[in-house]
Amino acid sequence: MTVYYTKEHEWVRVEGDEATVGITDFAQGQLGDVVFVEVPDAGRAVSKGGEAAVVESVKAASDVYAPVSGTIVTGNQALVDQPDLVNTDPEGEGWFFKLTLSDNHELGDLMDAAQYKAFCDSQ
Amino acid sequence: MSEPEKTLPLDQWHRARGARMVEFAGYAMPIQYEGIMAEHKWTREQAGLFDVSHMGQVIVAGAEAEKGLEALLPADLAILKDSKPKYSLLLTEDGGIIDDLMVTRRGDHFYLVVNGATKNGDIAHMESRLPRGAVLDHMKEQALLALQGPKAVDVLARLVPGVEDLTFMTAGAFTIAGVPAWISRSGYTGEDGYEISVPARAVEDIATLIADQPEVKPIGLGARDSLRLEAGLPLYGHDLDFSTTPVEADLVFALSKRRREEGGFPGWHRIARELADGPIRKRVGLAVEGRQPVREGAMVVDGEGNEVGKVTSGGFSPSTEAPIAMAYVPAAAAAPGASVLLSQRGKLFNAKVVPMPFVPHRYHRKGAPK
Repeated sequence: MTVYYTKEHEWVRVEGDEATVGITDFAQGQLGDVVFVEVPDAGRAVSKGGEAAVVESVKAASDVYAPVSGTIVTGNQALVDQPDLVNTDPEGEGWFFKLTLSDNHELGDLMDAAQYKAFCDSQ
Repeated sequence: MSEPEKTLPLDQWHRARGARMVEFAGYAMPIQYEGIMAEHKWTREQAGLFDVSHMGQVIVAGAEAEKGLEALLPADLAILKDSKPKYSLLLTEDGGIIDDLMVTRRGDHFYLVVNGATKNGDIAHMESRLPRGAVLDHMKEQALLALQGPKAVDVLARLVPGVEDLTFMTAGAFTIAGVPAWISRSGYTGEDGYEISVPARAVEDIATLIADQPEVKPIGLGARDSLRLEAGLPLYGHDLDFSTTPVEADLVFALSKRRREEGGFPGWHRIARELADGPIRKRVGLAVEGRQPVREGAMVVDGEGNEVGKVTSGGFSPSTEAPIAMAYVPAAAAAPGASVLLSQRGKLFNAKVVPMPFVPHRYHRKGAPK
């Protein structure tokens, strides 16, 4: 299992050809109190950089982009009723969706934990 | 070109308390400390301290002050009692709103509090129109704090004996920590509370004294916005602007009876016509179905998708745990219970017109039990 990160502050946990995607602790801290999440339906094809989910805090609405291309396996329905899981456990119970990777090579464009930390520190 | 961001007297005070600072009205200001939701709820349950020193505090003095201000505002200043703040509006010749403000008679002069983002324009507007017998002074050395919430009275009475005897929309001169303060029982949250004008040189000590009380936490602009939205209070530059009239904005209470009948203030012709015939559109409160917030800029649409109005403020209400909004809708769709269709980023939302406030006001009105 490997965890990758994007400049859009998403994390991607890869196990085999399946990836789980969420937003990072840094991102939830920037957003503030999350009050609404819309996750994609199973079976939907998403392409890298395309809109995949919506997260709204008290302050503002943000899109969550697909960090890699693939087909949605499931969206985290728990977030519909408990959007604050994104704040309380962003890199655990607050995951957004799982997808089947269509191109493993796209992972090479993502950051590892050390690179992501350096990226956040530079923000 | 925008001017560089200015700092307020409490800038370092906010930063030392962990505030996240943003640019607002040309100043660096705290948007939040621990989080908007927690700060919002704390204010509704305890007492929140707000720094609103960006707002403009203005004195208009002189023999012609009353007459000069009546030519600019729709308020009946002739019958305005001393130390009783009154909500009023600066208006354009065609009835648009230049700003909303509070005006208080204080002995031989009037004290005005205007919005921060509009204060320089307001002052220029007033100075160019006031008669020679009225002198305007922008009190740049004065800071402004607001203490809001059900515990505000206990906190402030502990520090300033006597403030508990003020009722909603009354004010007076007091001393806090040895410093002269003008304190009114008023605010922008729908809760009981006070607004406290003190010299900028002393505001850090006074803010610390108040914030050290166990019922008090500092509150940022984020919660100030969600609190005022729940209270149904319009925000200038969003719910009110040059294109909205007081009648459209549902601010008829700010048009004093004598002034409505006699006129003599900018925009009276249009306002009198709208009072007689009804406005073509009206600011209303909306309860939005579902959980997703509908925000400023969303469209009000008809069944064919044509834009017939706009959302001017909107968000998630922490108190009711549901999305709420203010919008201008056609007069025919403005009655409570009317269904309204909203469009935001290509998605449609059902909403219902509801009476405002969304959360009941808890002001300490005259005659109410202590």
